[in-house]
Amino acid sequence: MERTTAYVVLILAALPCALQTIRTKRLLVSALWLAGLSALLSILIYDLGAKHVAVIELSVGAGLVTVLFVFAINVAGDQELKVRDIVPIPIAAGFVLIGALLLIRFIVPMEPPLRTSHPESFVETLWQQRGLDMLVQIVLVFSGVLGLLGILAEAKAPLEGAATEEVAAERDRDLEALAQQTTAATERHSKQKIETF
Amino acid sequence: MAPSPVNILLVGVAALLGIGIYGLMVSHNLIKLVIALQILVKSALLGVISAGFVRDEIQLAQSLALTVIVADTIVAVIGIALAVQVRRRIGTLDVRDLSKLKG
Repeated sequence: MERTTAYVVLILAALPCALQTIRTKRLLVSALWLAGLSALLSILIYDLGAKHVAVIELSVGAGLVTVLFVFAINVAGDQELKVRDIVPIPIAAGFVLIGALLLIRFIVPMEPPLRTSHPESFVETLWQQRGLDMLVQIVLVFSGVLGLLGILAEAKAPLEGAATEEVAAERDRDLEALAQQTTAATERHSKQKIETF
Repeated sequence: MAPSPVNILLVGVAALLGIGIYGLMVSHNLIKLVIALQILVKSALLGVISAGFVRDEIQLAQSLALTVIVADTIVAVIGIALAVQVRRRIGTLDVRDLSKLKG
C-alpha cells in the first residue's frame, strides 16, 4: 500500500512537469521542467529495482541532455513564436486524450506480477545476454559523435573554379603578398640607412 | 479495491505518451520538438522498466533501457545540432518556414 502511494505521488508530480514542459513559452524554462521530469522518473525507476538505469537516467537525462539544451538555446536564441498553431490545440488535446484513454482501457488492469525467472546480476545480463546491444550502442555513440562534428563544422566558402586552379591561385596570391612585404621591408630598411647616414 | 502499483505505472506511461504526442503536434519550434520527443522516450523507458518489474526480469529490462537511453541521447544531440544549423543558415527555428524552402 505504501509503495502504491509513493508511485501515485511520483506520477502525479511527473505529469504536471511534462505538461509544463510543453506549455511553457520560454525554451530555457521548458528544458528545466524536462530535467525535473527526468529526476522524478529516475526516483520511480530506482524504486522499481532498476538501480543502474536510474543513476544513468539521472546523470544523462537530467544532467547531460539539459546542459545540451541550455547550450543550444544559448546559441540559437530563445525565439518566441506567436503564430497560429499547426494543429488547433482543442483538436490535438482531444485526439491525444482519446488515444491515452483507449490505451489505458486496453492495458489496465494488468495481471499481478508473474514470478518467472531467477534473479541474475545486471552485469551478467548486459554482457552475456545482450552483448549485441552493447556493440550497437558503441556504434551509435561513434556515429552520433561523427554526425555531430559534421553538422556543427563551419562551412567553407565554395570554390569558384576547379580545385587545382584554386590552390595554384592561392599560392600565387601568397607569393605576391610575401614579395610585397619583402619589398616594403627593404625600402624601409634602406630609408633608415639613408637617414642615419 | 486499491489499484496495484503496476496499473498506476501503466496509467502514468499512457499519460506521458499522450503528453509527448500532444507536444509533437502543437509545437513548431525545432528545439521544442526535440524536447517533446524526449518526453515520449521517457514514457517508453518507464514502460520497459514497468514490464521488467511485472515479469520479474528487471535486469533484462535494465539492459534494454540502457540502449533506449543511449539512442535517445544521440537523437537529442543530432536534433539539437540540426536545429542550431537551421537557425544559423535560415535564421529561424519555425518548422513551417522550413517547408517553404525550394531548391
